[in-house]
Amino acid sequence: MSILVNKETRVITQGITGSAGLFHTQQALAYGTKVVGGTSPGKGGTKVEGLPVFNTVEEAVRETGANASVIYVPPAFAADAIMEAVAAGIELVVCITEGIPILDMVKVKRYMEGKKTRLIGPNCPGVITPNECKIGIMPGYIHTPGKIGVVSRSGTLTYEAVYQLTQLGLGQSTAVGIGGDPVNGTNFVDVLKMFNDDPDTEAVIMIGEIGGSAEEEAAEWIRANMTKPVVGFIAGATAPPGRRMGHAGAIVSGGSGTAQSKIEKMKACGIRVAPTPSEMGSTLYQVLEERGLLERCKA
Amino acid sequence: MNIHEYQAKAILAEFGVKVPRGKVAFTVEEAVEAAKELGGKAVVKAQIHAGGRGKAGGVKVSKSLEEVEANARELLGKRLVTHQTGPQGRIVRRLLIEELTNIQKEYYIGLVLDRSQGRLVMMASQEGGVEIEEVAAQHPEKIFRETIDPLTGLTPFQANNLAYKLELPQNAVKKAAQFMMALYNAYVAKDCSIAEINPLVLTAEGDIIALDAKLNFDDNALYRHPEIVSLRDEDEEDPKEIEASKYGLSYIALDGNIGCMVNGAGLAMATMDTIKYYGGEPANFLDVGGGASEEKVTAAFKIILSDPKVKGILVNIFGGIMKCDVIANGVVAAAKQVGLDKPLVVRLEGTNVEAGKKILNESGLKLVAADSLADAAQKIVALV
Repeated sequence: MSILVNKETRVITQGITGSAGLFHTQQALAYGTKVVGGTSPGKGGTKVEGLPVFNTVEEAVRETGANASVIYVPPAFAADAIMEAVAAGIELVVCITEGIPILDMVKVKRYMEGKKTRLIGPNCPGVITPNECKIGIMPGYIHTPGKIGVVSRSGTLTYEAVYQLTQLGLGQSTAVGIGGDPVNGTNFVDVLKMFNDDPDTEAVIMIGEIGGSAEEEAAEWIRANMTKPVVGFIAGATAPPGRRMGHAGAIVSGGSGTAQSKIEKMKACGIRVAPTPSEMGSTLYQVLEERGLLERCKA
Repeated sequence: MNIHEYQAKAILAEFGVKVPRGKVAFTVEEAVEAAKELGGKAVVKAQIHAGGRGKAGGVKVSKSLEEVEANARELLGKRLVTHQTGPQGRIVRRLLIEELTNIQKEYYIGLVLDRSQGRLVMMASQEGGVEIEEVAAQHPEKIFRETIDPLTGLTPFQANNLAYKLELPQNAVKKAAQFMMALYNAYVAKDCSIAEINPLVLTAEGDIIALDAKLNFDDNALYRHPEIVSLRDEDEEDPKEIEASKYGLSYIALDGNIGCMVNGAGLAMATMDTIKYYGGEPANFLDVGGGASEEKVTAAFKIILSDPKVKGILVNIFGGIMKCDVIANGVVAAAKQVGLDKPLVVRLEGTNVEAGKKILNESGLKLVAADSLADAAQKIVALV
C-alpha cells in the first residue's frame, strides 16, 4: 500500500513535447510508471515515445482513461493547465512547474473549491511510490519500497532524506514533495492524514523550511491526531529576514515564519527534530528503535 | 522585487489612491526646484529600500527653501542606518520632496497573502505610524481583517466594514472605502506581493491619503510587468546578486567566509545551516537550480570567488535533474579559469555521481571530497 499513487495509476504528461516534459516522461516510463499519453495543443494526433498526444486534457482523459496528470508547461501557462486538468476530472494533478505567479495560484485554489481533484505542488519534485509509480523529477534509483512516508517542501532535501533512509535499510511507502510556493494544492496536514490512514506506512519524515505557518499547523495536528512517529527537519535557520531564499514561499516576513519558531513548535508537539539534514535518517532510525518499530520497518 | 516610496506612490496614484503631491530629486538643486513648485515648504524624504527611515532621521520637515536645501544636502550621499538596513546602512541617492500634510490622525492599511487560506487579506488598524508587527503581537484585537474572494475581489461592503471599524468620521468613511478599493485594484493589476500604507492619514481637511507607501512585487509575475522591472534600482542591490540574476542564479550575499554552491533552495538553506551548526559562517546562499549548464556553474563559481570575504568553498550537489558530471565540469572549468587558491570541499551525490567524481579526481585540482553534508561542512569549517 501507499498513498496517492500506485501501479494502477494512469498518468498523462501535460506539455509532453517540451524538453522537460519529454525527458521526464522517458524517465517515468523507464521506471515503470503507467504513462498513457500526453497533451500538447496543436500536436494532437502525433506520438511521443509510442504514446498518443492530444490537443486537450479532456480528450486525453476520454481516450486513455487517465486518472493522474503531471504538468511541465511554462509558468505563464501552468495555472491554466492545472484548471484544465481539474475540469477534465483528473483525480491527481502534480504540477512541477516553478515560477507561477502567486495571484494565478490564488485563482486556481478558488477554482478548485468543491472539485474532487487533488493538486500536488506547484514548484515541487512530484510524488513517488517506489517500484510502482514515479510522477515527477526525482531520481528514481535512490528509492526503495518500504514503510516510511516522506513529505517535504523542498526537492533536493527530499532526495537527501530518501537516500539516507535507503542507506539505513528503511524503504519508503510514498515520498511527496508539496512544493516551495506560498500557495499550493496540498499541505503537510493533508499528506500526514493520508500517511496516518495508510496501513503500510509506519513512520514519517516531514521536511519544512522558513516562511508561512504550515509546519506549525502540522505540528498541532500531529499532537492531536497522529498515531505514528514523525521526525522533522526545518531548513533556513541562518536565512536573513525579509529575503526570498530561492523558493517563493521561503521568506521570513515581519518576524514570523522563522526556523526557530517552527522547530520549537514541533518539539513542543512531541516531534523529534534532526539537528542537521545529514541526520534526518538516523534520527528516525533512533526513534523507531526506541519505540520497537525498527524490525517492522526494515522488513 | 522592491521599489522606492515615490515609485510606489506614482503607481498607486494611477489607480486613484490619493497621495501627497511630490517629486523625486537626485540633486540638491532638483530638491529646491521641486520645493518651489510646492510653495517653498516640503518634507524631504530619503528614498532607500528599507523601512524605519523616520526614526533614523531620514525624513525632514522643511519650513523654507533654505531648510529644504540644507536637509537635501545633509541627506544626499548619507549612509542611513535603520532597524531594517543592518549596521552597514544604505547610501541615500534619491529624495522625495513632498507637500506638507495636516495630519489629524494616523491609521494603517495593508494587503497581504494569507498563505494558509490561499487568499488576500486586507488589514486595517487605528494604530498607524508604528510597526504593525508589534501591534499584531501585543494587540491582535486592534487589527481588523477582511479575507478577499478572488472571484469577486474586495467588495464595497468589505471596504466599508473596515472603514467603520477604523471609527472614521462619517464624511471620511466613503473616501477610505474608495481608497481601499483602489489599493486592491493596484495590487492585483500589478501583481504585488505586499502593499502597506503606514501611515494612512486623515487630514485636517477630511481627506484620506497615503502618507507613506510600500509595494513589493511577486518576482514570478515580473515577466508580465516590464513597467515594474524598469523601476529596479540596482544601487539598492548587492552587485554580486545583480550578476547572479543575469545567469538566472538564485544568490543572496551573507556576512560569513564560506562560499556555498548548492542545487535546490531547501538544500542550499540546509547547507548554510549545517555550516553554522559546525561553527562556521556561510558567505552566501546560492541555488544553481535544477537545469544548470556548465556555463551557469562556472558563473556561479566566479560570483562566489568575487566576494573578498570568502576563504573557502563548499560545493554540495544532490543530482536529480542536475547531473553530477555537469557540476564537476563546471567546477573544474571555473577553478582553472580563476586560478583557485582557496580550500574547496565537494560533496556529490545522485545522478552520474561516479562520472562526476572521476572528473574531479582527474582534474589536478586540490580539493577535498566529502561523503555527506555533515562531513563536508566539518571539513570546510576546519580548513578556513
